[in-house]
Amino acid sequence: MIVDDLRAVRIVWHRDLIRFWRDKPRMFASALQPMLYLFVFGTGMGAGMRPTGGLDLRVFLYPGVMAMATLFTCFFSAGSIVWDREFGFMREMLVAPVRRGAIVVGKALGGATAGMTQGLIVLAIGPLVGIPYSPLLMLELLGLLVLLSFAVTSIGVLVAVRIKSFQAFMALVQIIIMPMFFLSGALFPMANLPTWLKIATHADPLTYAVDPMRRAVLGTLGITGFPGIDMPVAFELAIVAGTGLVALAIAAREFGKTE
Amino acid sequence: MTAAVSVRGLTKRYGDIEAVRGIDLEVATGEIFGFLGPNGAGKSTTIKILCTLAMPTSGEARVAGFDCARERDQVRRQIGLVFQDTTLDDYLTAEQNLRFHAVLYGMPRAAVEPRLQQVMEMVGLWERRKSLVQTFSGGMKRRLEIARGLMHSPRVLFLDEPTVGLDPQTRVSMWSYIRELRQREQITIFLTTHYMDEAEYCDRIAIIDNGTIVALDTPEALKAKVGTDRVQIRTADDAAAIAALRDKLGVDARIREGSVTFGVPNGEAFVPRLFAELGVAIRAVSVARPSLDDVFLAYTGKTIRDREAERPLPAMMRARRS
Repeated sequence: MIVDDLRAVRIVWHRDLIRFWRDKPRMFASALQPMLYLFVFGTGMGAGMRPTGGLDLRVFLYPGVMAMATLFTCFFSAGSIVWDREFGFMREMLVAPVRRGAIVVGKALGGATAGMTQGLIVLAIGPLVGIPYSPLLMLELLGLLVLLSFAVTSIGVLVAVRIKSFQAFMALVQIIIMPMFFLSGALFPMANLPTWLKIATHADPLTYAVDPMRRAVLGTLGITGFPGIDMPVAFELAIVAGTGLVALAIAAREFGKTE
Repeated sequence: MTAAVSVRGLTKRYGDIEAVRGIDLEVATGEIFGFLGPNGAGKSTTIKILCTLAMPTSGEARVAGFDCARERDQVRRQIGLVFQDTTLDDYLTAEQNLRFHAVLYGMPRAAVEPRLQQVMEMVGLWERRKSLVQTFSGGMKRRLEIARGLMHSPRVLFLDEPTVGLDPQTRVSMWSYIRELRQREQITIFLTTHYMDEAEYCDRIAIIDNGTIVALDTPEALKAKVGTDRVQIRTADDAAAIAALRDKLGVDARIREGSVTFGVPNGEAFVPRLFAELGVAIRAVSVARPSLDDVFLAYTGKTIRDREAERPLPAMMRARRS
């Protein structure tokens, strides 16, 4: 039974990867936005002002851009559930003798893998903004990317699971991911924030993924004392993982309902 | 032997709408069973329940002996499905679609290759197995869906409007596949259609209207029960002709499909009397043995086309996907 479910997870995942791989224009298109933030916004803003003190703005933005690239791609990939529903393929999966949870997990893995590749593109261009290929840093960022893509895809799947049209999904995603991105500290340091903004940033699960990424990057460069989230990294990671697991569990339950 | 499909007192409500209002039927193994009715009559809802995609409000539905509400996975393993809207992945090849299916149905790895070739050859798509589904025509997609539905050797194949949207030639060849299939696979075929001519191919048909079964028998027996031939005439004055038929010949006629239409026991013998006694100029006459259209008319008081014209809303609901 469990073997059948695992095979089902793998094939659902595999199908999403085939589709993702065939859709290369989309892959390049979603790589564009992070590059604009990093090179255009980062260079221009950093040249005119010094919003981060002495730190190169591009170095500061790098972890945030990595998280953004992952966030956007994971969410849109989770939308393939809505897509499958709209174009009928979902029925093929729904009438199969496998647990609905296996389908949800397979879809989440597919979306997470797609999102990961975007994070990896950002990882690969690190040296262009002065972030060295240090094995330890690569490993740290890779681990964080895995965790982050799993968590945000799970949230995306939860959003997608009861929605019937792709347009409605896209609208809802805009409402969710833009605040998630802006409140995560991807674009500004978490210092001297007014109380309302501080509360809002702490309510955003993405904050707890961006902060460890930034700590890893700055730590490798030997920069200390930069303001961040005042809690242990392990605690932050637990929040991200927990959010992902809860979202996925609710999604699986919702998905299992029959009319 | 257990019946392939057995349904007792089945009902299904969606809020205030009662889509299925108490259905009983039994389909024997190896039968081609047709579910005939206008769009919105409850056909698709019944199929959804039998395929475990919807829960019955009350009553019982069993497929291959398993309960469709409580033993879903067992039911799912026993059935193959072809829906009226395609459920293929256009971005995968034909073969990839079938392999995906084989894994979801837990087929043993060693069984996949031979079965894949067998079903693809059966529907004449073996040569195209490496092609992306998006390059296929409507008829090819439908054939591929049948092949996929058969992949895991189900005992019952459900075909929901298998020929909707296909050109007449492809429809005919679809039917030759379906009949060939029964001989090769010893499979039960349960299909829905709203094409009367297609229902003729079935061993038995159930006519469903407004969520209930109004007739269930072989097409021949149903036609024999109607007992009258259908006569259609075109006249110079239809209203006068209907009045004359009623007053002089004692026949109740109505306008159907643009012609004065009525049923009489022996249509051909009635024609000379018609010309002699009607008193309204007749331009054309046609006499037909009872068709399933007449059967439908006899049991529901409407032709299937008239019925569908009344029901814009259920047709819209039918488009809703689950």
